[in-house]
Amino acid sequence: MDASVISYDTRPDRRPLLQRIAHASEPYLYSAPALILIVAVMLVPLVLGISYAFRDIQILNPFSGGFIGLDHFRELSKDQSFYRALKNTLWWTGGSVFLQFIFGLILALLLDKPFYGRGLAQALVFLPWAVPTFLAGLNWAWLFNPVIGPLPHWLYALGILSAPNNILSDPQLAMWGPIVANVWWGIPFFAITLLAALQAIPRDLYEAAAIDGAGPAQRFMSITLPFLAPTIAITVLLRTVWISNFADLIVVMTNGGPADRTQIVASYIFTQAFKRLDFGYASAIALVLLVLLLVYSMLIVLLRQTLLNRG
Amino acid sequence: MRTKKLLLTGAHRLAILAYIVFALFPLFWLLKVSVTPNDLLYTEGVRLWPSRTTFEHFEFVLTHSASPIFFRNSLIVSGATALVVTILASLSGYALSRFTFRGKYWIVALMLVTQMFPLVMLVAPIFKMLSPLGLTNSLTGLVIVYTAFNMPFATFLMQSFFDGIPKDLEEAAMIDGATQFMAFRQIILPLTLPGIAATLGFVFTAAWSELLFALMLISGNDAATFPVGLLTFVSKFAVDFGQMMAAGVMALIPACLFFLLIQRYLVQGLTAGAVKG
Repeated sequence: MDASVISYDTRPDRRPLLQRIAHASEPYLYSAPALILIVAVMLVPLVLGISYAFRDIQILNPFSGGFIGLDHFRELSKDQSFYRALKNTLWWTGGSVFLQFIFGLILALLLDKPFYGRGLAQALVFLPWAVPTFLAGLNWAWLFNPVIGPLPHWLYALGILSAPNNILSDPQLAMWGPIVANVWWGIPFFAITLLAALQAIPRDLYEAAAIDGAGPAQRFMSITLPFLAPTIAITVLLRTVWISNFADLIVVMTNGGPADRTQIVASYIFTQAFKRLDFGYASAIALVLLVLLLVYSMLIVLLRQTLLNRG
Repeated sequence: MRTKKLLLTGAHRLAILAYIVFALFPLFWLLKVSVTPNDLLYTEGVRLWPSRTTFEHFEFVLTHSASPIFFRNSLIVSGATALVVTILASLSGYALSRFTFRGKYWIVALMLVTQMFPLVMLVAPIFKMLSPLGLTNSLTGLVIVYTAFNMPFATFLMQSFFDGIPKDLEEAAMIDGATQFMAFRQIILPLTLPGIAATLGFVFTAAWSELLFALMLISGNDAATFPVGLLTFVSKFAVDFGQMMAAGVMALIPACLFFLLIQRYLVQGLTAGAVKG
């Protein structure tokens, strides 16, 4: 790519200078509005946010704003709620991603082969993805509410719950509420992505394997899985990062409660900024979260590299 | 052999059916409670359909609450965001698809980075930046924020649609004397109408659903979007489930309409988004 650009540049250009400038700047003109917006509304606030982590910024306190060095981080290292939120984030992310992936993969496999009514079935099972997340959260909160929803009564009848109570107010079980809502909402994303990857697998591979006497399980293990592996890896990586930042369902369903049992780091940041208006402390937690996510992503990339090298 | 095949087909259909039931049941319950009269709400709690139905909750929500304002605000914000993002993203997506230029690598890298870091980090700084500009508590402020947030994904999406159109088309037009921009506007854009529809739909749905920034930036009913309004409605009328669910059903309608519109492009679009960011 670079070589062709250079050879193009060294060719004597006989067009007038203005026209050459216009030509060279054309792609920048096309992308300028998008870039300016992204820089102004995402990059600048990101840098500002990082600087807030080292400053005392409280909206309700007019005397705040000074530089305080690492004070927020010292406070953070003693903050029990933060450690609990960290643990909850692992549980929330791990549980959600695992269940979404398993059920999404099964759904993609079910939808892979044509059958009568596939278009309609596909539209219906993908519908939850279009439901606004705040509404998905409210909807599941209502389903778990014994006054108005059937789930506690059904779970009680099945013997899973000892009494038809709201699991969202039970400290031991509360996290399952947002996780179930998240799985319901997120299965379509995995299914759609995996379905697209499945349909890119050449069909004649299966026919050849079948002729050679490979059974369905064998075909799945030696054709489908290897072909899906790259998509699975990248989707799981991206979704893990995304879900660990995804606070909407928790803010709507439990607001972190009961007794902070469902507070994840992302919802903790939001609570600090929104309820306490302590922007400095919120930004310090956010910075820690950002570093943890970067470390996670780098570990995954390294792991992938070692696996590829060994293979 | 035949019975085995029949059994497998049966199991397959049953599994599909289970998925459909799981996907639709919460929405069905929302609808069911929204049409249940108040006096039957608790006595017929777990029945699948009430013995009598009513539209009084919808009537109340439409005439006695601020929901119509929330609905209008959300329509304005989501519509404006979808429109602006689609126009700007088709320009930037075209640049990424058709030009080789020095800054391209950095532009793509910048857009990928914005997809990776937690947006909740930006809640506080954006509030502090917008507040002296008078853009908190304003729909314009929300449109600006949502437009920027959706730009990277929309750009990649439009780029993937442009990549699917052969370059010869505009080369031919340019030989005939058209500038690249004329070729883009008159030949390429009309061919990408499906892509434009998909981008509009994705962005509209995303803006319609956004909650955290709306909660932070908007206080008071006048500029509240549907998510903010519904949450305040829930905390205020915490006992009136029929009305809350009627409002919920109304919030669902535009999202479902757009979903039906873009449903066909979903697999294509999300793949483009998933692979690139």
